[in-house]
Amino acid sequence: MAVAQRTGLGAAIEPNAYAASLKDAAMAAFLVAVLGFFFLPLRTDIAPGGLAITYRWPIWVAAILIVFGGRLLLNLFVFKARKPITRTIGEQMSGSSLRVPGLGRALGMALFVFAAILPFFITAVFPAQQRQFIDLAILIMTYIMLGWGLNIVVGLAGLLDLGYVAFYAVGAYSFALLAEYFGLGFWMALPLAGILAAFWGVILGFPVLRLRGDYLAIVTLAFGEIIRIVLLNWYEFTNGPDGISGIPKPTLFGLEFTRGDDGFAAFFGLEYSTIHRFIFLYYIIFVLAIITNFVTIRLRKLPVGRAWEALREDEIACRSLGINTTNTKLTAFAIGAMFGGFAGSFFATRQGFISPESFTFLESAIILAIVVLGGLGSQVGVVIASVVMIGGIELLRNIGFLSQIFGPDFDPVQYRMLIFGLAMVAIMVWKPRGLITTRNPSAVLKERKKIGADMVSQGEGH
Amino acid sequence: MEYFVQQLINGLTLGSIYGLIAIGYTMVYGIIGMINFAHGDIFMIGSFIALTTFLILTTVFGFAFLPVVLLIVIIIAMLFTSAWGWTVERLAYRPLRGSFRLAPLITAIGMSIVLQNFVQVTQGARVKPLPPQIQGGITLMEGSPETGSFVVQLSYMQIIIIGLTLVLMAGFTLLIAKTPLGRAQRACEQDRKMAALLGVNVDRTISLTFVMGAALASVAGLMFLLLYGVIDFYIGFLAGVKAFTAAVLGGIGSLPGAMLGGLLIGLIEVFWSGYFSVEYKDVAAFSILAIVLIFLPSGLLGQPEVEKV
Repeated sequence: MAVAQRTGLGAAIEPNAYAASLKDAAMAAFLVAVLGFFFLPLRTDIAPGGLAITYRWPIWVAAILIVFGGRLLLNLFVFKARKPITRTIGEQMSGSSLRVPGLGRALGMALFVFAAILPFFITAVFPAQQRQFIDLAILIMTYIMLGWGLNIVVGLAGLLDLGYVAFYAVGAYSFALLAEYFGLGFWMALPLAGILAAFWGVILGFPVLRLRGDYLAIVTLAFGEIIRIVLLNWYEFTNGPDGISGIPKPTLFGLEFTRGDDGFAAFFGLEYSTIHRFIFLYYIIFVLAIITNFVTIRLRKLPVGRAWEALREDEIACRSLGINTTNTKLTAFAIGAMFGGFAGSFFATRQGFISPESFTFLESAIILAIVVLGGLGSQVGVVIASVVMIGGIELLRNIGFLSQIFGPDFDPVQYRMLIFGLAMVAIMVWKPRGLITTRNPSAVLKERKKIGADMVSQGEGH
Repeated sequence: MEYFVQQLINGLTLGSIYGLIAIGYTMVYGIIGMINFAHGDIFMIGSFIALTTFLILTTVFGFAFLPVVLLIVIIIAMLFTSAWGWTVERLAYRPLRGSFRLAPLITAIGMSIVLQNFVQVTQGARVKPLPPQIQGGITLMEGSPETGSFVVQLSYMQIIIIGLTLVLMAGFTLLIAKTPLGRAQRACEQDRKMAALLGVNVDRTISLTFVMGAALASVAGLMFLLLYGVIDFYIGFLAGVKAFTAAVLGGIGSLPGAMLGGLLIGLIEVFWSGYFSVEYKDVAAFSILAIVLIFLPSGLLGQPEVEKV
C-alpha cells in the first residue's frame, strides 16, 4: 500500500478502477444526453406560421463529451483514487494558511482600507472608465450591505428568509413616496425608511415566526410576492408598473451636486464634474454598509446576538434554557429588515426611478446566494461573494476573447443566475458552512479555540 | 347561475393541474421532510419537453391524428421529466441527508434557479405560443341574450384534463396501496431507519418518489400547455407556489389531501378572478398559504406533526 502510494497518481488507482471509472463516466454522459435532448440540440422559436424547431447538434455532442471527459478525470484523480488530488491540494493549502493567526481580521482590515480609498484609486488608475467602475463599485457595495443585512436573519438567527427583497422594496418605496407626497429629502427619509421597513419586518414576522424553518421560508416568499403585487396594482398610490420617477438626489449638508453657483463643486472651489456625485453616492453606501457590519459585530457580542446563534443551532434547547424565542426571532427579523430598508432607500436615490420590476423574487435569490456562498454567518464571506459574483461577472462582459469563442452576442450576465444556482448547490453539498468560514465561539470559558468548518458541518441545528 | 357553473368547471380544470403538481410536493415532504422547491420547475421542464415533442411529431414526422400524438407526447414527457426528477434528487438532495436542516432547502432553491436559467439560456426567454389544439365542447346550458345569461360550455379539453387527472389519480392510488413499491414508500414515510433495517432500499425508494412526482408534474405541464397555449421558463415559479399551497391546504404528506387542496386552490383562484379582481388572484393564493400555515398547520386531511427530540 505505502509503496504504491508513493509511486505517483497513476499507480495509485486499483487496476479494475479504470474500467469502473470509464463505465461511470459513460453513464454520466448518457444521462446528460437524455436530460439535454429536448433542450440543447432542439430549440423552439417563434417563426411565421407558428413555432419552428432549430437544430443545434454540435452543442449537444459537445456537452456530452465535456461531461464524459470531466467525469472520467474526476473519477481517476478524485473519487476512485487512493489519495485524491483534492486532499493533496487541501493539505498544502491548509498547511500554509492555518498558521497565520488573525488572517481573517487582517484581510478584513485590508479590504476596508481598499474600499475606503477605492473611488480615488479608480479615478487615478482608470480615468477613462471611472464612471463605469464607480457605478459597479456602488452596485457591489449595495449587495454587500444587503448581504450583511440578510446575514443577520439567515446566517446568525438561522431563519431562512426568501422575501428579503420585500424590505428592500419597502425602504425604496418609503423614500420615493415620502419624497413625492411630503417633499422629504434623502437624509430625512432614510431613518424613516429604515423604521418603516423594521416595522414591516415585525408585522410580517409576528404571525410566521412560530413556523418551522422550511415553512417560514415559503411564507416569507409569499409575503415578498404579495408586497410586490400590491405595489404593482395599487395604481393610485404607487403608480403601478410605471413606477415613481424624479426621486431627489442626496445632498451633502444641503449642497447639491449641480453645476450652479451653490453646488458642491463651486462651494469647494473644484472644477465641476459629474463624477463627484458618483463618488459621493459610493461613500454613502460605503458608510451605510460599514454601519451594518459594525452593528452586526457588536450585536453578536450582546445577549441578543448570542441568543440568535443559539437559536440557529438548536431551537428546542434554546427554549429549554429560557430564551424567549419569539422576541429573539423578531429582533433578528426587524434589524435585518431595517438594513434592507436603508439599502432600499439608497437604491431609490441612486436610480432616481423605481418600479416593482426591481423587487422580484430573483433579487431575493441573488442576495440569499451571496450569503450562502460567503458561508452562512461570515461577514468577510459576504464581501468576497459579492465581489466575485456581481463584479466578476460584470467584468467578464468586457473580456474580449470570450466573445470571440462564443460568438458576438455572448452575454455572460445571461449565465449569471445559472452560475449562482450551481454554486449554491455545490457549496451546500461540499462545504455546507461556506468556503472560508471558521467559527469563533462568541463566549469562551478559558481559552479561545478555533472550531473548523469541518467540525460544525454536521450540526443538526436549524 | 350560469356564470357560477362555468367558473366551477374552469376552477376544477385548473385545480386538477395544481393537484397533480401538489402530489409531488406532498410525497417528497412525506418521505424526507423537505420542500422540494425545484418541483415547480420540474413541471416547467415537463411542459417544455411536451411542447418540443409535440412539434417534432406534428411537423417533422407529420402525425396528424391528435389522440395518438397526445399519447406519445404524454409517454415521452413522463419518461424524460422523470429523468430530470431523478437527477435533481441524486445531485442536490441525496448528498445532504443528515446535514443541517436548511441545507437541502438552500440546494432546492439553487436547483430551481439552475433549472429556470438552463431553460432560459437554451430555449430563450420569449414565450412559446401553441395554437389551441383541441376545440369544441359540449354545451351544458344555453345562454339567452334577453336575460343576459351566459352559455355554459364544457370543452373537450376540460373533459380530457379532468378525465386524465382522474385516471392518473386512480392509478397512482393503486400504485401506493397495492404494489411493493407503494408499500416501501409508505414504510419509508413512517420510519426511514426501521424500513432500512427491514430490508427496504431507502435510497432507491426516495429516488422513485421523485421520479413519480416528476412524471405526474410532466402531465400537468402538458395540460398547462394545452389549456393556456403559452409557456415560458418562468411558469414553474407561480404554479409551484400555488401547488405547494394546495399541498399544505390539503395537509402535507396526504395524497388525497393534495388533490383536494389542488381543486380548492383552483376554485378559489378562478372564483376570486371571476368575482373580485384578476390582478389580486395570486395574492389570494399566497394569503391562503400564509393563513393555513399559521392557523391550520396540519391542513385539512393531514396529521399533526409531532416534533421528536
